Amino acid sequence: MDQVRRIIPVVFLIVFIVAVQLATKYTGTPFYLTQLTMSAYYSLVVVGLCVLMGYAGQISIGHAGFFAIGGYISAALTTHNLLELKDNAFVSLLNKYGVLVLREDLYGETLLTVHPWYACLLAIMTAVIIAFVIGGPVLKLKGHYLAMATLGFGIIIYQIVMATEYFGEADGISEVPSFNILPGIELGGGFEIRVVNYYIAWGLVVFGIIILQNLIHSRVGRALRSIHGSEEAANAMGIHTSRYKLYTFVLSAAFAAIAGVFLTHYNGSIGPSEAGVMKSVRYVAIVAVGGMAHLWGALIMSVILNFLSLRGVFGTYDDAVFGAILIVIMLFAPEGILGLGIFQKLKKIMSGGVSGKTPELQESKTGQKQV
Amino acid sequence: MALLEINNLNRYFGGLHAVNDVSFSVDEGMIKAIIGPNGAGKTTLFNLISGNLPPSGGTVLFKDEHIEGFQPYQIAVRGMSRTYQNIKLFHGMTALENVMLGRHVQSRAGFMAGMLNLPWTWHEERQIRQKAMEFLELFEISEFADIEVTNLSFGQQRAVEFARALATEPKLLLLDEPAAGLNIYETAEIGQLISRIRDRGITVLLVEHDMSLVMDISDEIVVLSFGEKIAEDLPAAIQQNEEVISIYLGEEED
Repeated sequence: MDQVRRIIPVVFLIVFIVAVQLATKYTGTPFYLTQLTMSAYYSLVVVGLCVLMGYAGQISIGHAGFFAIGGYISAALTTHNLLELKDNAFVSLLNKYGVLVLREDLYGETLLTVHPWYACLLAIMTAVIIAFVIGGPVLKLKGHYLAMATLGFGIIIYQIVMATEYFGEADGISEVPSFNILPGIELGGGFEIRVVNYYIAWGLVVFGIIILQNLIHSRVGRALRSIHGSEEAANAMGIHTSRYKLYTFVLSAAFAAIAGVFLTHYNGSIGPSEAGVMKSVRYVAIVAVGGMAHLWGALIMSVILNFLSLRGVFGTYDDAVFGAILIVIMLFAPEGILGLGIFQKLKKIMSGGVSGKTPELQESKTGQKQV
Repeated sequence: MALLEINNLNRYFGGLHAVNDVSFSVDEGMIKAIIGPNGAGKTTLFNLISGNLPPSGGTVLFKDEHIEGFQPYQIAVRGMSRTYQNIKLFHGMTALENVMLGRHVQSRAGFMAGMLNLPWTWHEERQIRQKAMEFLELFEISEFADIEVTNLSFGQQRAVEFARALATEPKLLLLDEPAAGLNIYETAEIGQLISRIRDRGITVLLVEHDMSLVMDISDEIVVLSFGEKIAEDLPAAIQQNEEVISIYLGEEED
């Protein structure tokens, strides 16, 4: 029963994804697919962060850092020419085992670079390892201190990519190649593969949301929510709280890194703004708008807000808008937009008024304070 | 046989010697109470046993294994469960979910199994839910199963916490002032409940202020004063102990 109820929204999501693609096809607006694809990748970061923040109750204002680690490492490895180092023992060893690949760039120059497949894997693994290493000590902190530590991490990553020649400094890295992630399926930003890439991106989101949804409905998910409720009591219930927090942190970092890798190869470039603090704040703001512990809310708001932002609706006030959203949500709708009364009523009508809490209980929640 | 054995346990908070060289043991199947005036170090002693605080010195043996300095979760999986003086439930979760958390140590689905939603975990989840429901029924609060815990009355919340602690199926249950904030009728009920818990084969160690409750149900009593153990005896003997009487009622003037 519970299993079936969980599948329904996923089916809806898939139907919606296909419907949007068909709609753009028949209305002659396939250019929207580009922003929708990019929104999908950003949404991957958001849903991962949603589980960390909303369910396990651990804030991170540094997730753009993990996104950037993924994107930058993959971009750097697939663009830097190793041809001059061909005789280097290590490089020739890599070449022998097929880790490197010869290709031509836009100007017809021959490049010897790491094969994108290996580059992607290495990028994601690096992000995971870094998440493990910094997550251990950092997650001992709570509340504001955790927020500041993760913010610091984000700033460090930003400064590293801004100051390192290997990562292109302020220019970032461009001409990141597209490649076949699976035989016949090319990941890249070309016009002719736009539809395929739309489905690659959304396929990842569907996969990600199924996994996360399974997790939050499992024994581990319940344990994560208990850590949010009272870490001390969770520990006394036999839950290895520090390990659970760390694994969730690493999982969300992996989601961010995967998104970074894919979006970088899709865009063909990555710049320091992807590692910026404002990007991290944006992810946090979207999770908050979605209602913190609400995976679907986070996904819906992420797609809407990222799409609008990428279409340039917010103009040059882009970052200001997300900052303002965060303030307004915290003040007026801490349960997220979907937690507002109007949506609750709508939900009730949709479900025939049987599910959800009774109104009396809702009242007693605010009326009666326990000692 | 001693289930729990405490030897020369010490704990300092800066210059304060909160627990001073305390030793005692709890035999399997008994109800043992720790009493003492405010600030005697009872709750600190509890926190040392359950791993919430590391001791400054001394040993704690649980089932003949050294557990001093262990993390609370390590102690919990070995079969010790506890409640808190100021109830610590998981807010934002229902009564049933709270008790389901008590089944954590009795189940094993991890991150991978959870994310992949492996079929064997469905069975385990059903069992967790069913068992948790049984524990709610035991405390006659199953009708509140789906209510978020902050919406329950104080007494009901305490019952949920009891159910959660028992759901771990502990060998030893630590109760930190189970009657705090309850009226005399509720206190009497709690007393019966604790006896019932013991009848299920669970050893109980409790800290309590309410003398009538302690004298009623305990098999043995430890008296603490200013962090030191001043007496350990049967309830009847404790009532006659002059030192205990003097710390509770003040000394007689000559």
